[in-house]
Amino acid sequence: MTDILEVAREQVLGRGVGLSQEQLVEVLRSPDEQLDDLLALAHEVRVKWCGEEVEVEGIISLKTGGCPEDCHFCSQSGQFTSPVRSVWLNIPELVEAAKETAKTGATEFCIVAAVRGPDERLMAQVKAGIEAINAEVDINIACSLGMLTQAQVDELKAMGVHRYNHNLESARSYFGDVVTTHSFEERWETCLMVRDSGMELCCGGLVGMGESLEQRAELAAQLAELEPHEVPLNFLNPRPGTPFGDMEIMAGKDALRTIAAFRLAMPKTVLRYAGGRELTLGDLGTREGLLGGINAVIVGNYLTTLGRPATADLDLLADLKMPVKELQKTL
Amino acid sequence: MTTVLYCGHCGRETGDGAHEACRRALTLEPPRYCDQCRRRMIVQVHPMGWTARCSTHGELFSS
Ligand code: SF4
Ligand SMILES: [Zn+2]
Ligand SMILES: [Zn+2]
Repeated sequence: MTDILEVAREQVLGRGVGLSQEQLVEVLRSPDEQLDDLLALAHEVRVKWCGEEVEVEGIISLKTGGCPEDCHFCSQSGQFTSPVRSVWLNIPELVEAAKETAKTGATEFCIVAAVRGPDERLMAQVKAGIEAINAEVDINIACSLGMLTQAQVDELKAMGVHRYNHNLESARSYFGDVVTTHSFEERWETCLMVRDSGMELCCGGLVGMGESLEQRAELAAQLAELEPHEVPLNFLNPRPGTPFGDMEIMAGKDALRTIAAFRLAMPKTVLRYAGGRELTLGDLGTREGLLGGINAVIVGNYLTTLGRPATADLDLLADLKMPVKELQKTL
Repeated sequence: MTTVLYCGHCGRETGDGAHEACRRALTLEPPRYCDQCRRRMIVQVHPMGWTARCSTHGELFSS
């Protein structure tokens, strides 16, 4: 049998063609002794097809908590007994957060709301927020506001939103175990509309939610099919009070194999460290992931939990001699 | 200094068992319960910090 790393070297590194779902299962099953070689190959792929630069982003929660949906990993669902209370951020606070983010050298600022989809009030707040940020801060603005209608896609595009985040969350075959209040297909629809609008599509998911390795490979393959500009990869951080609150934290080596597999599935995509890496990988693993396929980070805090200090990540990038991507406004 | 009566992470009395895991958790998340009255606080996380507000006992900030 040909070794999967040899196949990947020729196919992904050589020709820029991502691995198939079946091939990704082999990668995810590869033994610990091969992990260093796997990460090294994924890093070579990333450098060849994406370059040395790392994209830095900050995120902010515009509307926290009280979401009607039941995503079993999420502390912001109003359906669970999570201690997260509902609250809105005001515009001056939003601008301040964008300024803090820009100061780190970040080129992306993502405004997030815990909703099924935006209503008129939220769209108005986002519009006012974007205008206020653009007046004071030089940064690209992304949004993550749930499922959209075509009219809302058009409105966001007109507001100058250059990237929209909407994750698949999990593989199609596992989605019903994670969310029951909406379907995988509904999410997929929003992703297609965003992609076709000319906004950049940011679409990723979470791993470590009890899915099988086959389903992890399936998620990567389904993401690859959407060809998103960016894929944020989250590792489950079990939140108190949620249905997944008692799950184990994913093993670091499995997390690293997943990073490499996602890179080998999508050689040309921005692959971002999102939530959960502090718990799953720690400081050492964070470094290994950046040398194993990752080429983007969220700096600072997340929506309801805290990240490593931004300086820790920026120092690490400097140490690894990885340049931070500079701003190219796409307006 | 006021005495801390409740755990900011789990909301239980600080005298009630160990809160080692809670203390560790609080390095990666803001407190959710007021340590004086155990009300759930209004918490806002920003890229570089957080605030947590109890309607009776006021606001806490990240250091
Ligand atoms: S839709 Fe978003 S905010 Fe709402 S429960 Fe699901 S993940 Fe959480
Ligand atoms: Zn506690
Ligand atoms: Zn109080």
